[in-house]
Amino acid sequence: MMEYLVGHINYWLIVAVMMVGLYTLMSRSNLIKKLAGLAMFQTAVILFYVSLGKVTGGTVPIISEKYSLYSNPLPQVLMLTAIVVGVATTALGFALVIRIKEAYNSVEENEISAMDEKE
Amino acid sequence: MEQLTILLIVIPLMVAPITALIPSEKITWLLTLIVCLISLAISGYILYAVIDGSHVIYELGGWRPPWGIEYKIDSLNAFVALIVSGIGCLACLFGYRSVPDEIEEKTIPLFYAAFQLCLLGLLGIALTGDIFNLFVFLEISSLATYALISMGKNRKALTAAFSYLILGTIGATFFLIGVGFLFAASGSLNTADIANRFSTFEDMQLVETALIFMVMGIALKAAIFPLHSWLPNAYSQAPSTVSVFLSATATKVSIYVLLRILYDLYPIHYWVDMLLPQIMLSLGCVAVIYGSYRAFQQTEMKRLLAFSSVAQIGYIVIGFSLVNQLGLTAAIIHLFNHALIKATLFIGAGILLYRANTTELGSLRGLGKDMPWTFAAITLAGLSLIGVPGTVGFVTKWYLLEAAVEKGMWIVVITIVVGSVLAIGYVWKIVENLYFRSKRKTHIQDVHSGDSGIAKAPKTMVTALWIGAALCIFFGLNTELSFQAASSAASALLKP
Repeated sequence: MMEYLVGHINYWLIVAVMMVGLYTLMSRSNLIKKLAGLAMFQTAVILFYVSLGKVTGGTVPIISEKYSLYSNPLPQVLMLTAIVVGVATTALGFALVIRIKEAYNSVEENEISAMDEKE
Repeated sequence: MEQLTILLIVIPLMVAPITALIPSEKITWLLTLIVCLISLAISGYILYAVIDGSHVIYELGGWRPPWGIEYKIDSLNAFVALIVSGIGCLACLFGYRSVPDEIEEKTIPLFYAAFQLCLLGLLGIALTGDIFNLFVFLEISSLATYALISMGKNRKALTAAFSYLILGTIGATFFLIGVGFLFAASGSLNTADIANRFSTFEDMQLVETALIFMVMGIALKAAIFPLHSWLPNAYSQAPSTVSVFLSATATKVSIYVLLRILYDLYPIHYWVDMLLPQIMLSLGCVAVIYGSYRAFQQTEMKRLLAFSSVAQIGYIVIGFSLVNQLGLTAAIIHLFNHALIKATLFIGAGILLYRANTTELGSLRGLGKDMPWTFAAITLAGLSLIGVPGTVGFVTKWYLLEAAVEKGMWIVVITIVVGSVLAIGYVWKIVENLYFRSKRKTHIQDVHSGDSGIAKAPKTMVTALWIGAALCIFFGLNTELSFQAASSAASALLKP
């Protein structure tokens, strides 16, 4: 049991980060904090992929006679794309927050929905 | 032939940045229309080539699958690509007058660039055979969608876009987690490769979790009840052209992804044992009733149509969770039929918005008499939505009922009938307000409703509307083409 817990320590930590992100996203009313939560949630998934490719004792995947055990480089390559997607999402989100701030003069979700309902 | 498939992706990808740099609304519109028409021609040609059950295979960069990304086009891929590019053309034709009316002049090139990127993303999802590549295209189309929705006139469009951004990203990230789990179990990202070697890692718990994550993520994107909360606001606040395009394509493409995951990636017996069909069947039934009921309650036309979309997605979900040939065929046909119907109705709403500057049914009273052509087309599309014989809606409902009877699911039969009755209710609401209520003389955009000025809708808009309405009837009477494509796709999916 202990071995299982310690052996998968990276996954436990990643799940913790993921849940902190998801909780922030759902519990906060401030739109910027929501986006921060979203970014954390995405980052946790990126960490998950990267740790997936690690092989214990493996080296960087460069062909050499000295080594026979390599880590899998594919997840890292995939995550380069996912990072770009994440940055684009966050940037677009912040751009929307700026426009919302201009239009409503607030970045609090409850205030904004109160204003929407009054219309 | 093989090279043509990649052109569907490359053309919009190359043209979009150029479009963003051209400072003329006419030229950018023309470029977008050309891109849509070329995509339509290519996907039509590919569908014609693969409708007999053959495949077109393209290997990106010459890398052999499963290492490289592979596009393996069968009739389902081509069918979805045809829907997306066809609706793109309609939306573009409609947008000629609608976009300058609703979007600031200096952002029009950016609008069209985002429109093309959205088209590119949706086409990419429809074509790719690699699940990570699918995630990337999903995000390309979603990011473009968020930007497009936020360009709506009302400030509510901004909050609608923001909440769609949050939920959409959660959905896509869930899908990514699922892909990661499946990759950890199988070591592959190629759909065909995973499906072939499925029995070697079938017993892992990870595979089951991966399925749940992927289905949840995509169900959010496809707005399957109860994950539909983003849809009504997003569709009703978006600019009309965007509503037309998205309502007809975005959720359909997500449903297509769901079909691929359930029927292609995973063996059918695997998820049938998990009670998934029963759960989805009940959710589909609830969606039909709930969506139709909420649509009936609405007083604003675009919101009404958006809630009706929730119900129509319910029909599609019912279709593919019956897990038989007829049900699956009905689901795939309805992807096409509903895209046509909803595009037509949203074009109708867009024309009303253009002329009367509102889509509140109360303010539109009596307008139908002044705009007989528009009103007639809206009514035709409305009848299709109900499922009157001779229209596309009837074709779907007929097959769906047949499939439900074949399975002995009487509760589904009742749901479909009740859903149709509610549909009569909300379509009647539109028709009644537009035609049978007496006119209200109100100042709208400095034009009296009832003036001849308000009656003249731009020709491009009416053309787009009537193309949609005519196709609703054409494919309702001549079911051969859509049925052949759908049933060939369904049998390919059901093949063990």
